[in-house]
Amino acid sequence: MTQLQGLLDTEAIRKDFPILDRLVHDGKKIVYLDNAATSQKPRQVLDALNEYYERHNANVHRGVHVLAEEATALYEGARDKVAAFINAPSRDEVIFTKNASESLNLVANMLGWADEPYRVDRDTEIVITEMEHHSNIVPWQLLAQRTGAKLKWFGLTDDGRLDISNIDRVITEKTKIVSFVLVSNILGTVNPVEEIVRRAQDVGALVLIDASQAAPHMVLDVQSLGADFVAFTGHKMCGPTGIGVLWGRQELLEDLPPFLGGGEMIETVSMHSSTYAPAPHKFEAGTPPIAQAVGLGAAVDYLSSLGMDSIAAHEHAITEYAVKRLLEVPDLRIIGPGTAEDRGAAISFTLGDIHPHDVGQVLDEQGIAVRVGHHCARPVCLRYGIPATTRASFYLYSTPAEVDALIDGLEHVRNFFG
Amino acid sequence: MKLDSMYQDIILDHYRHPHGKGLRDGDAEVHHVNPTCGDEITLRVKLDGEKVVDISYESQGCSISQASASVLNDLVVGQSVDEAMKVQETFLELMQSKGRLEPDEAMEEVLEDAVAFAGVSKYPARVKCALLSWMAWKDATAKALSEAPVPNEEGA
Ligand SMILES: Cc1ncc(COP(=O)(O)O)c(C=O)c1O
Repeated sequence: MTQLQGLLDTEAIRKDFPILDRLVHDGKKIVYLDNAATSQKPRQVLDALNEYYERHNANVHRGVHVLAEEATALYEGARDKVAAFINAPSRDEVIFTKNASESLNLVANMLGWADEPYRVDRDTEIVITEMEHHSNIVPWQLLAQRTGAKLKWFGLTDDGRLDISNIDRVITEKTKIVSFVLVSNILGTVNPVEEIVRRAQDVGALVLIDASQAAPHMVLDVQSLGADFVAFTGHKMCGPTGIGVLWGRQELLEDLPPFLGGGEMIETVSMHSSTYAPAPHKFEAGTPPIAQAVGLGAAVDYLSSLGMDSIAAHEHAITEYAVKRLLEVPDLRIIGPGTAEDRGAAISFTLGDIHPHDVGQVLDEQGIAVRVGHHCARPVCLRYGIPATTRASFYLYSTPAEVDALIDGLEHVRNFFG
Repeated sequence: MKLDSMYQDIILDHYRHPHGKGLRDGDAEVHHVNPTCGDEITLRVKLDGEKVVDISYESQGCSISQASASVLNDLVVGQSVDEAMKVQETFLELMQSKGRLEPDEAMEEVLEDAVAFAGVSKYPARVKCALLSWMAWKDATAKALSEAPVPNEEGA
């Protein structure tokens, strides 16, 4: 058995995740290395979902009966938990959405419809990076096309880092919004927040951080990040699908216009016009994902009970070991940083000229679940001249033995197509 | 092992030694992609009246999509467009069978090497890979036919 420093007690933790005992393909225990796509859910979260539906289910807000009050308290309680988890100055800065994609689209649409000084229109610029998830590219392309704004981006270095050497030319006086990923889902890179935020603030641009791959894995403190908005998604952090978060600075949420209209988000409605509820409700039209928010609250409790620092340390140790072992595999090329420094636990690679689809299929036969393709970050594949990658991504329950299983699996792939 | 039912030797052979790969002169060209996995193909067809005289292609993708393009070239070049469309339909039927169709002799006669793809039909994620070149070919042929000059008395 490999002994690494700083690991969590995975033996105990894995008991919380019933799915990790699944046997697949004639009795092989699943080795789940697709955590960057979605994490597995601990029993505590599943129980919270069940209990909500079995005992408290009702629509939230304004109900006067006991179930409605309980459901509202649980839903708003989840908001408190998330606010504490990200160290938000106020619970009213936490908007529940359906996922990170909706959170990112919400900001793009707020800015498209906003008044000065936030308004994105002709003669203004939007800045993103070449390593964004499609969810943080397409909303900005749409906004640029609809408003005539110019879309600009930071390129990448050969070793998978953001190239910000030309930061003063990319972020300029014309820039209204800079939106970038904190941890890349394809390269694993952890980006330099401070430098980008400082430059954006110097020119008066807003900053949106896509923390989808950060919130599950490290301490996320929106105050120390210094951004104006932070987006993430529940299902990658032990929560259910169908729940995401947008955190935004209170004064911005007060100033910016709503995007979706409907129930829950109004104050008064006449046939001619309406006034809106204060944030966060202004941005939560319609019946929200109530059970999912409750599930996310339970997930946040679960993560906090382990400690985000301990989770980060665990993943760092696993990542360091995985990078080292992967680099021993002949013909294997890591796409992204080749060390565990400033990198998350998602590791993309190519294996000679064996197509990732074939790599993934042969690994699956051995019970090893990885993701193959462009990981919703096709520009990264284009940048490095590859059609796709195989990606192994680890989480708080991953073990060194699972890294070893991956390495053995890759040996098998090489023999199969050799 | 189950994998062997997908990666039949015939498929791996076509993958390692693809037939007819490379772009040559054609009457119509299409570019198709499989958005879920990034497999891509640029494919040209050359017709002589009703006959398929060449299918040339440049492609990037997994063994299944590469082998399938090679088999397409083998089976369809030299056939009439009508015959070729029948082969295409039969292949489509096999690929959509979810592994429930045991190719009979009649099918084997039409599909030849392509019956080796029967095992792939059990893997929903891979069916699109197998069909990529065939769909591109169908599209390119329709394009070539619609762009062909209408035959007149003297010409045709
Ligand atoms: C970096 C990043 N941003 C955004 C997303 C989108 O998340 P969702 O699909 O839950 O909206 C993902 C997940 O795939 C991601 O990894």
